[in-house]
Amino acid sequence: MSFINYGQREINCKIVYYGPGLCGKTTNLQWIYQRTAPEAKGKMISLATEQDRTLFFDFLPLSLGEIRGFKTRFHLYTVPGQVFYDASRKLILKGVDGVVFVADSQIGRVEANMESLENLQGNLAEQGYALEKLPFVMQYNKRDLPEIAPVEELRELLNPTHHPDYEAVASKGIGVFDTLKAVAKSVLTELKRGAGA
Amino acid sequence: MNVVMYEDELNQIQVVVDKLVRDANARVVCIVDKNGQLIAASGETENLDTTSLASLIAGTIAAMGGMAKLLKENEFPTQFHEGVKANIHIQLVGNRVILAVIFDSRATLGLVRLRVKRASDELNTIFEALAKRIPHGSDGAPFAEITDEDIDNLFND
Repeated sequence: MSFINYGQREINCKIVYYGPGLCGKTTNLQWIYQRTAPEAKGKMISLATEQDRTLFFDFLPLSLGEIRGFKTRFHLYTVPGQVFYDASRKLILKGVDGVVFVADSQIGRVEANMESLENLQGNLAEQGYALEKLPFVMQYNKRDLPEIAPVEELRELLNPTHHPDYEAVASKGIGVFDTLKAVAKSVLTELKRGAGA
Repeated sequence: MNVVMYEDELNQIQVVVDKLVRDANARVVCIVDKNGQLIAASGETENLDTTSLASLIAGTIAAMGGMAKLLKENEFPTQFHEGVKANIHIQLVGNRVILAVIFDSRATLGLVRLRVKRASDELNTIFEALAKRIPHGSDGAPFAEITDEDIDNLFND
């Protein structure tokens, strides 16, 4: 649910990074934070456990520039990926404008990816969203590890409707900004479409 | 459905927020939408990361809302957190926005509560009028002019 502020000429949108535990959602945001110019970002907030596992959410505000005289700001959030934090994930999804699903490419995590995707679909449905109608980008992360599933297989299982998808190694920044640009573009395009333009 | 804020209403909200800072002897007053966007702020905000604060305030209200559902309550509309040097009073206003007041020893909780009640009534009037101004709750006007090229240019390095 975008926030359009005519008074301050701002368009504010919310993007949520979703995925199973330890898939790389926080790593994506950390990379974006480290590589974004200071004037284009705010502080990154991470509500995490002592073991650095996301407890509630990570938050990173970004300014992407001006479009028709309106400053475009994106608020990036990650959800906690561990299964038992589902109640928190539902809260973070409220008002979402676009979703990035970060899939863990390791063969041993394929099932976890599918369960997390199903969880996302269910939580979105509870709030009246349909994943098929929401700006959505799939990221196949950890492509540098051994014993990973082929992208074609992951695509068939996780992205059968062919949303934009990107291979990534978030710990090295590979694919991180491509993913972000894709979802941000998709959000703005959808907002434009929704305005009947 | 987008949330829209026009200049008139923003100015009216700013007046309420500025007055609340004075009347409650507060350090900072902010209005945050339930999705974590800062709508207005007043007071000693120069060295305060109001963007992060807004997100965290909304997260707190969202977490308490989740807890309320578990306890078969509608909401916990009021929260108060007491610190050593600063305190924060958070009030859900009309289930639309969050009014947060940060105060120190220059104010008392009783005074803040009293002033928040009045400010909440004023804010409710403003938001009701805003809702009537946009009957379907959505205004996509800035997006109507945006072209695909505009969007592409935003992402060109």
